[in-house]
Amino acid sequence: MLVPWRGFWNPRSKAPGQEEERHVKANDRDYNERFTYADNHIKTAKYTFYTFLPINLFEQFQRFANAYFLVLLILQLIPEISSLSWFTTIVPLVLVLTITAVKDATDDYFRHKSDQQVNTRQSQVLIKGKIQKEKWMNVRVGDIIKLENNQFVAADVLLLSSSEPYGLCYIETAELDGETNLKVRQALTVTSDLGADVAKLADFNGEVVCEPPNNKLDKFIGTLYWKDNKYSLDNEKMLLRGCMLRNTEWCFGMVIFAGLQTKLMQNCGRTKFKRTSIDRLMNTLVLWIFGFLICMGIILAIGNTIWEQRVGRNFWAYLLWDELLSSAVFSGFLTFWSYIIILNTVVPISLYVSVEVLRLGHSYFINWDRKMYYSRKDTPAEARTTTLNEELGQVEFIFSDKTGTLTQNIMVFSKCSINGNTYGENMLPIIFIDSQKTPCVDFSFNPLMDRKFRFHDSSLVEAIKLEEPLVQEFFRLLALCHTVMPEERSEGELVYQAQSPDEGALVTAARNFGFVFRARTPETITLYEMGQPVTYQLLAILDFNNVRKRMSVIVRNPKGQLKLYSKGADTIIFDRLEPANEELMYTTSEHLNEFAGEGLRTLALAYKDLDEDMFDEWMKKLLFASAALENREERLGALYEEVEQGLMLLGATAIEDKLQEGVPETISCLTLANIKIWVLTGDKLETAMNIGYSCNMLRDDMNELFTDNMAFRIHLISHLQAHALEADLEQILLDVACLCKTVICCRVTPLQKAQVVELVKRHKRAVTLAIGDGANDVSMIKTAHIGVGISGQEGMQAVLASDYSFAQFRYLQRLLLVHGRWSYHRMCNFLCYFFYKNFAFTLVHFWFGFLCGFSAQTVYDQWFITLFNIVYTSLPVLAMGVFDQDVNEQYSLRYPNLYRPGQLNLLFNKRKFFTCTLQGVCTSFILFFIPYGAFLCAVRDDGSHISDQQSFAVTIATSLVIVVSVQIGLDTNYWTAVNHFFIWGSLAVYFAILFAMNSDGIFRIFPSQFPFVGTARNALNQKSVWLVILLTTVVCIMPVVAMRFLKTDLHPTQTDKAIYAQIQNKILRLDKKNNKKTVLYTSQRPPFICLIASLNDH
Amino acid sequence: MGKVRADAGPFARRPDNSAFKQQRLPAWSPSLTPYTVLPVFYFLALVCVLLGVWLLITVQNTHQLKIDYTDAGACATCAEMRNDPTKAKMNCDCVINFNVPKTFQGDVFIYYGLINFHQNLRRYIKSRDDDQLVGRKNSLKSPSSYCEPFAYDENAVPIAPCGAVANSMFNDSFTLTYHPPAGAAVNVPLYRKGITWYTDKNVKFRNPSTNTTLQQAFQGTAQPPFWQKPVYELDLDHPNNNGFINDDLIVWMREAAFPNFKKLYGILNRAHTTFSYGLPEGNYSIAINYNFPVQYFQGRKEVVLSTVSWFGGQNHFLPIAYLVSGGLIFIVAIVLTAVYVKVGRSGKNMEE
Repeated sequence: MLVPWRGFWNPRSKAPGQEEERHVKANDRDYNERFTYADNHIKTAKYTFYTFLPINLFEQFQRFANAYFLVLLILQLIPEISSLSWFTTIVPLVLVLTITAVKDATDDYFRHKSDQQVNTRQSQVLIKGKIQKEKWMNVRVGDIIKLENNQFVAADVLLLSSSEPYGLCYIETAELDGETNLKVRQALTVTSDLGADVAKLADFNGEVVCEPPNNKLDKFIGTLYWKDNKYSLDNEKMLLRGCMLRNTEWCFGMVIFAGLQTKLMQNCGRTKFKRTSIDRLMNTLVLWIFGFLICMGIILAIGNTIWEQRVGRNFWAYLLWDELLSSAVFSGFLTFWSYIIILNTVVPISLYVSVEVLRLGHSYFINWDRKMYYSRKDTPAEARTTTLNEELGQVEFIFSDKTGTLTQNIMVFSKCSINGNTYGENMLPIIFIDSQKTPCVDFSFNPLMDRKFRFHDSSLVEAIKLEEPLVQEFFRLLALCHTVMPEERSEGELVYQAQSPDEGALVTAARNFGFVFRARTPETITLYEMGQPVTYQLLAILDFNNVRKRMSVIVRNPKGQLKLYSKGADTIIFDRLEPANEELMYTTSEHLNEFAGEGLRTLALAYKDLDEDMFDEWMKKLLFASAALENREERLGALYEEVEQGLMLLGATAIEDKLQEGVPETISCLTLANIKIWVLTGDKLETAMNIGYSCNMLRDDMNELFTDNMAFRIHLISHLQAHALEADLEQILLDVACLCKTVICCRVTPLQKAQVVELVKRHKRAVTLAIGDGANDVSMIKTAHIGVGISGQEGMQAVLASDYSFAQFRYLQRLLLVHGRWSYHRMCNFLCYFFYKNFAFTLVHFWFGFLCGFSAQTVYDQWFITLFNIVYTSLPVLAMGVFDQDVNEQYSLRYPNLYRPGQLNLLFNKRKFFTCTLQGVCTSFILFFIPYGAFLCAVRDDGSHISDQQSFAVTIATSLVIVVSVQIGLDTNYWTAVNHFFIWGSLAVYFAILFAMNSDGIFRIFPSQFPFVGTARNALNQKSVWLVILLTTVVCIMPVVAMRFLKTDLHPTQTDKAIYAQIQNKILRLDKKNNKKTVLYTSQRPPFICLIASLNDH
Repeated sequence: MGKVRADAGPFARRPDNSAFKQQRLPAWSPSLTPYTVLPVFYFLALVCVLLGVWLLITVQNTHQLKIDYTDAGACATCAEMRNDPTKAKMNCDCVINFNVPKTFQGDVFIYYGLINFHQNLRRYIKSRDDDQLVGRKNSLKSPSSYCEPFAYDENAVPIAPCGAVANSMFNDSFTLTYHPPAGAAVNVPLYRKGITWYTDKNVKFRNPSTNTTLQQAFQGTAQPPFWQKPVYELDLDHPNNNGFINDDLIVWMREAAFPNFKKLYGILNRAHTTFSYGLPEGNYSIAINYNFPVQYFQGRKEVVLSTVSWFGGQNHFLPIAYLVSGGLIFIVAIVLTAVYVKVGRSGKNMEE
């Protein structure tokens, strides 16, 4: 995993590919130095003070547009073809380069600052038998460092010993993966015996052989060789850089990876750069324009050759060019380059910068939106990527996770089935007692209970009090089989740190029913069973993972019995049961289906008594396998499988996960916007279906076949994906799925989620959005065009991988229908106008070519060419691109079908591009030929002539600026004060600069740079010139107005209708205001009102 | 990315409730409704037609007369002489008679016109030195390289004014004579000064500063190769109309935008009683000192007599363009109205 540029810029870092195995010897710098491992100095900054300019310029000129303008600049320095002064290109180019460079420099400055701050953090290093203070950057691989409570870990270190018993230590990994719960790490017993004895630690000379640097945060494979013994090392013994030590007074560790080779640093850096479809289209169009430019150059060059032969040849007497230049063909060749220079403005240099500015603006609006701010968690929405905004207006498929995304991920233990009996309030309203009035169970018998816990069936407490062994065993299992960390702040006040809320809910349930999980050490678990402390010896934890879908613990109870407790997905557990359990399995299975039908999350529980001899033998194999360097995972998996057989079923739990606020409304609104929502969940079919119903995704009126079909499909997907079938079957699956209104895929693994997204992305050419909240959604979020993270309960990994994040699913509606739609609309209008403007501006030269002997004479003043794009016309279109709203936000949400044009890509496509460039060409034609006609025989009102090149230039330039300003006025639907200011301001600035550049003062200083002296004054005080400008403007603009009016009148789009409705409503409202009556306008609304749940959180 | 405020209250990260950040800035949303579009169309149609009519009437009241003298009558011999390299430098005069059918009332302007002369070629336009023309001493002695090959003469003496534009200056001269029905012929008096833009005469063109004579100021420079006299002797009648501020030079140096153009030569001096109302109808003759060769490039030369109106000289393009545009806008307005009445007014297609 080579981080793209980091490896390149830092000479110290080595390509990881070269290192196959890492050997590190503790306290032996000489030995370790042989390998040239990276030291702990980090450098994320790209530039230094001296290298900034060359490197930054080099990078910028790698962009096609910038390189193109550099070539132009060089062409302009050749006097024979230089049709424009060098400053016409260099001013915009420098401006664009400067903006980018300033942005890069600011970013880099902050990187420097943070690097500096991180590199100079203090760390305590054991050097020559003494603990000395050292800066972080001076820590080397193999050093032994001391960490104290609440300190950041300086590098990836192997935990040797700690202040806590058994060499335990606690860390918080918020900076690493965003999760805030405590995690526990444990040192090897042999090393934890070293304690804080500096002398012993200084003598420690173990050698670690381990994997080369990589970016896997949750894996580490290595072996420690010490005193002729071999100890296996895994991630549980590593403290990674970026973690913070918690609840641990001190600990010692040995540095394994330092600086850029730490897992944290290996993980930063963008792995993938997402681009929008508009980006790709833009690149194509720029290439087309480039081709068009060359074509025009060729046409004009041929024209020049012919003209030189027929006319120009006779004119030489006045010019007396040298012989070389007088060859017509050579002259044509030179003219080609001259015209490339003149017409270069069709390739818009400021396009990319402007687009970036717009997107940044739109991202800020997302960040600032109070209606996407969740006050309960104090979380505003965040656009983490600033390059995808307009694509939010084109989404066709949403892939949503269920848990934590559609639901709140606040797990509540609500039901259970123990030995064939169900407990827990029946949610179906069969009994006359309203469920809310069912009294809560009184847990006052238990002093350690959690007061927030509610349970509505007292028969379970009765069973506990009667000491039914299986019920007791059930809760004992819940209290033992988990990875929760307890934190006892004061006596009896327990707080559980759970990585998954399900586990927290189950352990809390066990706690309230009298099986209180109180303390944990690596080798023991202490419970208070009905008030009595009982300590279990913890012999093995058989981890949960997405493939196994179960976890088990092996414990020895105080009576000395060996027990395996297992909990996991029902199908998985049922496959591994003792045959004698069959009857119980059927009853439990029925209960499970019942639970799932109510939308509850279920787990099956089972236990097993273990045979002492068999266990000993298994344990030996386990130890051997866990020391393996190769295939450790597979070998452990096989061993786990071996022991998890012949289980005895205990029962099942059902956890309720409530839907988030506004989810059904959001889904129905998005469905109306013709967005297809696919729910991808790891849950059971029944659970998923139930959620589907409660989210309005499935309705009773959808016919039965449909639902069957869906069930069929759900299975299809899981099997298809698992076996990776041929492409034609994938296509069938996709076709079937796309016929359906709703698709729910259940029992999918994280990888399959990503595969489903990939499948749609590949075959449908549609924009996909994936939304999720957990680590299992990361792959899907990264695969989709747009990834959205819910900043919720399950940690931050999804958010860190996402492009946009917010706290509640219902904000998605606003993100897409309001922000996305606006962004798309703005960006498309912006691009249309931009291309139009540049064509109208530039092609005037083409027409002039036919009159000036194709000599590449410019029409405009050179200063006008320099400033047109960057000063006279840039701000109004930027203001439009940032602020424009065709339909206001209420109407955007009220008419979800306004989202359709974005999905169909109607607002900016190749056709649209042709239309707007054609408009530009026509405008340039009118702009040239009306003044031409008028000037051909014009004189001033005082008789002196005005048909000179300079007056003509000023007239055309003024017409052009006015025409494009009127056009942007037409394109602006939402005139804020800023728009007014920029549009009127641009016009004012145009005239101000025009007169300044034509003034006597500036001419007296630089006569040959400002030869237009007096032209503006003498031309613009002529009525005829203003008549020409007026006529040009009217002729350029009126056809556009007529076309637009006809289009809205004859074929109104949805948007036109919404605008119409909006105006009507406004008019009505004004009427109402005048009449001072208050009436509800519900009748004004269309039939499909999309209910908007209270968007305000307060 | 949002602004993180220093205080860490419960709503510390809540975005500001400002109209700007919430995209609720008060705004005007214009839209193309029939109530705005149709009146605008009718109004513009009316404005264009009215302007067109007004302009047309004004134009009808102006007069213009063009006399192409390239090879007309007596000038044919001169044209041939200019064509013959051996006689190219010889002086040639010719006279052309013409008739003014109707009195030219008011100020009358006399222009020379050139057809097919490309003053708008890029290399031609550039071939001048504004630094020199504004009288800078350095540029006088070392003209800009843009002037090449008319920067220095064969003896490496700098040329003033340098460049192709100045070199190709129009150098025919005209004398207009009125032949009244009774009485002797009257020389038509012309103002040959005050025919330039004020800014050109006073800002853009300046002679090199000197305490002595203009000739000394231009010492060490050569005249352009095509010229017959040096720059300080362009107007022997008016000593202060010489050098770079010579009106004819200034007029010529303002390059025309198109290959066919006319430039002001003189203005009728109405102080003379015969011409106090303008140019009376009748017979005229024009004596031409024929120097400027146009045969090389199939060019034509003409003299234009014209009166002007409030929007300039005789210009038929503008009134016609206005009338046509006004008419078209009117037709479009009617079509739009029809469409609106037929389709749009009911608002049916605006409903869902």
